[in-house]
Amino acid sequence: MVTPSSPRERVFHTRALTRVFRLGEVEIHALRGVDMELYAGEFVVLLGASGSGKSTLLNILGGLDSGTEGEVWYKDIDLSRASERVLTDFRRHHVGFVFQFYNLIPSLTARENVAIVTDIAREPMDPSDALALVGLEQRLDHFPAQLSGGEQQRVAIARAIAKKPDVLLCDEPTGALDSKTGIKVLEVLRRINRELGTTTAVITHNAVIADMAERMIRLSDGRVSEVTNNAHPVDPDQLHW
Amino acid sequence: MRALNIKLLRNLWTLKGQGIAIAVVIATGVAMFVMSFTALDALRLSQQSVYQSQRFSEVFANLKRAPESLAERLRAVPGVATLETRVQAPVKLQVPGFDQPVTGLAQSIPDGRQPQLNQLYLRAGQLPEANRNDQVLLSEAFAEAHELQPGDRLSVVINGRYQALWISGIALSPEYIYQIRPGDLFPDFSRYAILWMNRDALESAFDMDGAFNNVALTLYTGASEQMVIDRVDQLLEPWGGLGAYGREDQLSHRFIEQELEQVAAMAVFLPLIFIGVSAFLLNVVAARLIRTQREQIAVLKAFGYDGVAVAGHYLMLVLVIVLFGSVLGVFLGTWLASGLAGMYQEFFRFPWLEFRLKPSVALTAIAIAGGATAIGTLTSVYRAFRLPPAEAMRPEPPTHFRRTLIERLGIRGLSQPTRIILRNLERQPIKAGLSILGISLAVGMMMLTGFQKGSIDYMMDVQFRLAQKQDMTVTFIEPTQRGALHELRALPGVRYVEGFRSASAILQYGHRTYRGGLQGFSDPRSLVQVLDEQLQPIAIPDEGVLLTDHLARMLGIGVGDTLQVKVQEGRQPELAIPVAGLVTEFIGVGAYLRRETLARLLGEGDTVSGAFLAVEPEQVAEVNRRLEAMPRVAGVSQRETMIRAFDDMMSDSMLVFTFFSVFMAGSIAFAVVYNNARIAFAERSRELATLRVLGFTRPEIAFILLGELMLLTLLAMPLGFLLGAGLCHLLTVGMQTDLYRVPLVLTADTYASAALVVLVATLLSALMMGRALAKLDMVSALKSAE
Repeated sequence: MVTPSSPRERVFHTRALTRVFRLGEVEIHALRGVDMELYAGEFVVLLGASGSGKSTLLNILGGLDSGTEGEVWYKDIDLSRASERVLTDFRRHHVGFVFQFYNLIPSLTARENVAIVTDIAREPMDPSDALALVGLEQRLDHFPAQLSGGEQQRVAIARAIAKKPDVLLCDEPTGALDSKTGIKVLEVLRRINRELGTTTAVITHNAVIADMAERMIRLSDGRVSEVTNNAHPVDPDQLHW
Repeated sequence: MRALNIKLLRNLWTLKGQGIAIAVVIATGVAMFVMSFTALDALRLSQQSVYQSQRFSEVFANLKRAPESLAERLRAVPGVATLETRVQAPVKLQVPGFDQPVTGLAQSIPDGRQPQLNQLYLRAGQLPEANRNDQVLLSEAFAEAHELQPGDRLSVVINGRYQALWISGIALSPEYIYQIRPGDLFPDFSRYAILWMNRDALESAFDMDGAFNNVALTLYTGASEQMVIDRVDQLLEPWGGLGAYGREDQLSHRFIEQELEQVAAMAVFLPLIFIGVSAFLLNVVAARLIRTQREQIAVLKAFGYDGVAVAGHYLMLVLVIVLFGSVLGVFLGTWLASGLAGMYQEFFRFPWLEFRLKPSVALTAIAIAGGATAIGTLTSVYRAFRLPPAEAMRPEPPTHFRRTLIERLGIRGLSQPTRIILRNLERQPIKAGLSILGISLAVGMMMLTGFQKGSIDYMMDVQFRLAQKQDMTVTFIEPTQRGALHELRALPGVRYVEGFRSASAILQYGHRTYRGGLQGFSDPRSLVQVLDEQLQPIAIPDEGVLLTDHLARMLGIGVGDTLQVKVQEGRQPELAIPVAGLVTEFIGVGAYLRRETLARLLGEGDTVSGAFLAVEPEQVAEVNRRLEAMPRVAGVSQRETMIRAFDDMMSDSMLVFTFFSVFMAGSIAFAVVYNNARIAFAERSRELATLRVLGFTRPEIAFILLGELMLLTLLAMPLGFLLGAGLCHLLTVGMQTDLYRVPLVLTADTYASAALVVLVATLLSALMMGRALAKLDMVSALKSAE
């Protein structure tokens, strides 16, 4: 296992990143100057209570949103100044997303939901291989409505990894699942991280999940309040909540 | 303000795009309805008002000549209320600066006074003075065509004698609201005039001293028109009576009635289709609109609002839109109706126009539009309300998809976005079907308004290229020996002459009659043809008569039946002629025999009453001038002039209607497509945002949304073409008169322009949706559950 102290390639870094939402006359400071890094191949948990700004941070890292001030770098791409076109390209080729509510296309089968991404990716996996990786080789031709929540989330993970992204960004991936199913999903994420070396960032408000991460970044009130290295991450099946 | 009302206003504001689209559909439907019925009502009302206040007579009779003393005996006929004798004389006019032949009818009025019947409405100037025989009143249409005014001079030939007359005034008469030369099909205001002169002056000019040749009368209420006509005919018979007739056979009245019938056919048919389509769309759109409010309905219900309150709330929402559209429609419709009625006044010279907006018309239109909308709304509200609140608050259950028929048939290689489009459509076949139906109705309506030009061109082509190829038609004052044709043939520039004999007659079969005439044509002919169903020239048989198919339908007569004919001239024989066949004609109707046969039936020698001429184009004006100088020539009509008169009438009366209909069909197409797009967008925005997150570009997701729209539009085309053809057929059937029958001709142009307008409407909605797609919020799509 790679120790956090060894020199690693920096995938993301932000400097004094702020994000202010203006809702009419009210200003909401979601991020108040965030400095953080993500390194290649690591499994990081971004922990925070609701309203701490963690989703905003993830959205900005994923190119779905832009900061109000400060810098965001993906390797040598300056995301804070990137055009719409560059951001779309960035999402298309470098980032895999997993969402709390899966966001599968209901009219497409599991295989087709993966294919919709591999069709536009550069060197993707075969959709059925991606689905085999998440243990769904038996459910290739099922539509989302025919799958359980855990299965749907695994399809979403297969969809996210099939393009062989550089980073996997997961927003509360277990948020809509019971703990048993949630743990299965985490196991899949863990395996992907190990086997493919995909940098993985998981957002959660569930502190237990931080035990499986190599690094935990805690956000409170729009700022990084704590960064903890975890020398001995536990296996997901050891987690309880 | 109650919270629910505030919500109402907010909802209206959010839905403003769709709301306006719906309001436009309502406004067009209501406007068309109001316009048609109000214009029809205005014409009918004006006719009644003018007839009544100008004392339009009820029975008319022409005769050769009778002494004024007969008038007393005519007045004594039981049932006659008021009777007036008159002198009528055919005249020729010369208008300075107008080198074409002008004919007219001079009619007497009591010296210096208004007649008792058929009173004149003076637009300018005054009646001729009592003791002046050189003053004349001129019909307004003719005066306008030549910009003549009171005080201007006019050269008139009466009874072969030239007279210089002064115009004392410009007048309109209930007898000549439709001012047309007898025998013509279309008015030609610059070549046919009505003049009114003092009785004394006209008597002496026409050698009618102490005599009359025309009678007009009104009846007592309840008197039998037929009994009066019979008795008048008896009294006039020794004096060359040509048969008394009632209003229904009076030329101007008959044309007005026919036109009103035709307007009525259009006025009922088109607006009903428009408002029907509007109602259908409103129903669909309202239902969909409410479906998007499903969760809110559940929340309201959870708070304890009852069904009535919720239904009322949503009803208010749509009724505000309906009301807005309706008021707009009523105003627009009234404005257009006054324009349309004013346009009719070009042809129907009513001295004044009565115009009113009947509340019942406006209310009916609003009720249809509002009712359809309310039903759509209530069914959807009911469906949403029936569910327990907890269930309704969740989104509609995850939808089950399956492979589409196309895929199951083994077609492979579809892209994922294509699959999304196809499966979405196939999963909701009823919704897709309704969308297709809505768009195809728009296509059909476009065809309905667009096909008329093609059909009219076709009608003209058949009439003037296949049937009537003569350059000029000459009619003589009275039947003449055939030798007179040599004189015409000798005119320089005349290439060919074909004589004909026509006789006015009443055609009868069973109890149905038609006041028209018999046409005797020589055989073989090269200028004028009668055509069979395939539009091939056919020979006129030695025995029997050929009838225009429409005339045969009107009389209910078929081939082999015997037509009863009362000839209205000469010795007025009554004939029985077998129908030998039917001919196809789109303009006018006729009964055709061989000229020799007709001469034999009339008991006369080899006579002609006129001739068809083929003339060198550059000599037409000269031939015209020479013909005019011939005393025996009563009138000359030119092919070019007829075509122009027809074109004028057709284009004017149809253009405005057509233009407006195109606008309405276009806006309906737009409203359908745009609403479809809006709703599809609302339903798919989460999916589309997800795809954007996954790295799809805007054009790529636009393909999914707009591809569905385009596909629906393309699927709607063939159905729309079918519907359109059916609607066009119904309209042509509804518009048949003995004046003309518009054939059903659907050209590639008709289809193409209907398709084009709808495609443009689709593209326009697509562009507007493009703007919505650009604003798609990716982040919010991820926050909520589906």
